[in-house]
Amino acid sequence: MSYISTLFPAYAEIFLLCMIAVIMIADLLLPSQTRTVTYLLTQVALLGCSLITVATHTTGVAHLFTGMFVDDLMSDVLKLLTYLSVSMMLVYSRSYLIVRGLFTGEFLSLTLTSTLGMMVMISASNFVTLYIGLEVLALSMYALVALQRDSAVATESAMKYFILGAMASGFLLYGMSMIYGGTGSLDVQTISNVIKAGQANDMLLVFGLAFLVAGLAFKLGAVPFHMWVPDVYHGAPTAMTLFIGSAPKLAAFAFVMRILVESLQPLMIHWAGMLAVLAVLSMGVGNITAIAQTNLKRMFAYSTIAHMGFLLLGVLSGTLDGYSSAMFYAVVYVLMTLGGFGMIMLLSREGFEADNLNDFKGLNQRSPWLAFMMLLLMFSMAGVPPTVGFYAKFAVLNAALQAGHLTLVIAAVMFSLIGAFYYLRIVKLMYFDAPESHEKVYMQPDSTLLVSINGLAVLLLGIMPNTLMAVCAASVQQSLLLP
Amino acid sequence: MIFGYPLLSVVIWLPIIFGVLVLATGNDRNAPLARIIALVGAVLGFLVTLPLYTGFDRMTSAMQFVEMKNWITQFNIHYHLGVDGISMLLILLNAFFTVIVVIAGWQVIEKRVAQYMACFLIMSGLINGVFAALDAVLFYVFWEAMLIPMFLIIGVWGGPNRVYAAVKFFLYTLLGSLLMLVALLYLYFQSGSFEILDYHQLPLGMTAQILIFLAFFMAFAVKVPMFPVHTWLPDAHVEAPTGGSVVLAAIMLKVGAYGFLRFSMPIAPDASHELAWLMIALSLIAVVYIGLVALTQSDMKKLVAYSSISHMGFVTLGFFIFNAYGMEGALLQMISHGFVSGALFLCIGVMYDRVHSRQIVDYGGVANTMPVFAAFFMLFAMANSGLPGTSGFVGEFMVILGAVKVNFWYGFAAATTLVFGAAYTLWMYKRVVFGAVANDHVRHLHDIGAREKLVMLVLAVAVLVMGLYPLPLSEIMHASVNDLLVHVARSKL
Repeated sequence: MSYISTLFPAYAEIFLLCMIAVIMIADLLLPSQTRTVTYLLTQVALLGCSLITVATHTTGVAHLFTGMFVDDLMSDVLKLLTYLSVSMMLVYSRSYLIVRGLFTGEFLSLTLTSTLGMMVMISASNFVTLYIGLEVLALSMYALVALQRDSAVATESAMKYFILGAMASGFLLYGMSMIYGGTGSLDVQTISNVIKAGQANDMLLVFGLAFLVAGLAFKLGAVPFHMWVPDVYHGAPTAMTLFIGSAPKLAAFAFVMRILVESLQPLMIHWAGMLAVLAVLSMGVGNITAIAQTNLKRMFAYSTIAHMGFLLLGVLSGTLDGYSSAMFYAVVYVLMTLGGFGMIMLLSREGFEADNLNDFKGLNQRSPWLAFMMLLLMFSMAGVPPTVGFYAKFAVLNAALQAGHLTLVIAAVMFSLIGAFYYLRIVKLMYFDAPESHEKVYMQPDSTLLVSINGLAVLLLGIMPNTLMAVCAASVQQSLLLP
Repeated sequence: MIFGYPLLSVVIWLPIIFGVLVLATGNDRNAPLARIIALVGAVLGFLVTLPLYTGFDRMTSAMQFVEMKNWITQFNIHYHLGVDGISMLLILLNAFFTVIVVIAGWQVIEKRVAQYMACFLIMSGLINGVFAALDAVLFYVFWEAMLIPMFLIIGVWGGPNRVYAAVKFFLYTLLGSLLMLVALLYLYFQSGSFEILDYHQLPLGMTAQILIFLAFFMAFAVKVPMFPVHTWLPDAHVEAPTGGSVVLAAIMLKVGAYGFLRFSMPIAPDASHELAWLMIALSLIAVVYIGLVALTQSDMKKLVAYSSISHMGFVTLGFFIFNAYGMEGALLQMISHGFVSGALFLCIGVMYDRVHSRQIVDYGGVANTMPVFAAFFMLFAMANSGLPGTSGFVGEFMVILGAVKVNFWYGFAAATTLVFGAAYTLWMYKRVVFGAVANDHVRHLHDIGAREKLVMLVLAVAVLVMGLYPLPLSEIMHASVNDLLVHVARSKL
């Protein structure tokens, strides 16, 4: 067997890397009017990746590069969902970016490099690989936010994103080095084994753990490490906001799983407490501050913070149910975020951003269909059945309650009640108020179709959530139970 | 599945499918088509519920027309439907009122007709789901989902202060529901199942029972609504369009009361006995105090809204005195109140459509210009004050009888409603309908048309038949009520 064929679990990453090179070169050679070609190539690359991921799927767990890279069910599922959400992001943002002159070759190739970063994060089973994946993702993201060079707001938010992101990376690295000092290894499995055997200095480990959790909280945007989120969400072009808010959360979930659960599970008693504080603060600050926002992107930023609190609540339960509920939550969250920001971009026109709450006034009279889709998305975010958002919250609350966190559950429930208010306000604006302009909504065919699929998916998954839940449960089970 | 097809699923999903069809007719250019499809859907929706009545086995308290399928296997959640003598009648009532509401909104609603009709049809299906669900999560999904159409109905077609009322309605009910969700999750934790009937058999300690009871209490008391958490109802009623008020009063409030019977009492019987004093006290406060509040109202819709709260106090009182008179009386009162309050809101709607005011002072002498209407209004007002021979009397009388058996003063306090109820209803009636013609608006009133007459007639017949011969109804609920009482009397400790 040749060396190349032993690499098959990483074929998708290798293929994507080649495609990035092809797209960069093709973009240089082709005139800018034919950007559609590279756009399609990008979509083809993502499609190819998903085919490869499906084709190379095995029932077992495969390790590669002396255990630095892992291919299991969880990584396959998360990668497929990542391709899907990146591809949806491209569809949503194409016309938005064309109008603003941002639909450049750099956008496409940076999107793909960040996708590559996410894939590496998802498949990492060593702290170094995790860090490399994270930085590939983060550096591409900084550049994407700064892509709109002539906008002061965008540049400012890119700067903030970069500085705070770099600081978070520093935290992570510092924490990782402490763990390395304590256990003598960077490998996820080995660390876990060493700690279980009781051969490591607990003090040192907890010290490192605190830095790791802080770094993770930065990346997730959990309170009190959330300051960058609203500014970056607000300042970045909506397409980039959509991107930051969607697929990377899947990678971040994998990151949390690999670090906290797979390697530092024996320290759960310590990190569960830290996450509990982060979760409650995130849900509280996120939901309460979101009420005061008039800008939709900022509101979504705070709602993201609150959603991350919920996700952490699932993780800190420390049970299989908890992890699978957190994974389900991450997937559902990404689906809802894509729809929400997709709607903003769909309603935006040349020289006009539909990111103000008042831009949604009377949408029901201008376009009942879009209003209905937004209604589904909003109720899903608020966690009202029969939309899928309810099952996400349901699963997390259930896991937390089974783990005995009654107080946290009550807090979560109360904060989601507060959260329901601002989602309702959007429904109120769309349905109860009169529109400010009677201009017809220009419905871009591809994004309209996608928004419709997205909205209906939220409803249909809500009526039949069984399959997705089962997939999440199976993924988590496999990556945890096998040694 | 007696008839070879899943009857309850049809009862739930048929109105919803028709609701989607109505939505598909699009904007108001196709309003006539939307109305017709909605009517067909509502009538079919009512007709398919009739086999529930004809095929119902009156001898057993077991669930009937049961359907069971796996739904979410990971949490052992099933698509489990079934009805007993308590829920079946409420499904019929709901399907009946859907037809009434569609007809009542026929001409009155002019903007966004399709969405209006669709909201009611979809809500009707969801409410049927609430009554038929035997799985707690399924119940919860229907329970919460019905908030969405009601929220839109109040907010889109309501009066001037509609936004405040809609948001208040939604958040109030969501608060209660979320606490109920926590209780359901706890029960799942204890029993490993989401089957409501399993919960009934689950042994629970006293503290757990009390906490569960209180969580359910928050959810159901808000919906009923009971005394301290009733304030959303007058707002919602006043701002809702006529159809919305009718459904709110006739059906939505019953959902809360139904919850007490299906969840609180059988799951936490000991807590129910322990906290019965609280429930009885709150019920009596609702009956007496809210009755007095109703007396002072100057807005007709508000008056009927407060009268609804007062009458629902009877229902909860009947439940928590734990005897057959009380409970059957309470169930009859629920159905009767559905007819009577629904009819009263329709009457107010008839006047509002013509004069665009709900204030009592803007009327006077309506009998001179609308004699037919005045006669119907008279009948419903009498029923609301509990006149013997109308449906209002049967339930109230049985509850008072049951209350006296437990404690004379309970019965005494409850019986004051016969005075207060008559006072506020008839006084309002007198000021609105009798006397000289008060102003030009009233002078130019025209009497109700054929469509309105039909609606009124159907309701009047229902009120009278139920008042004179309630046996067919009580016969159906008999077995289930007795079984429930036996179950509640058994301690779970």
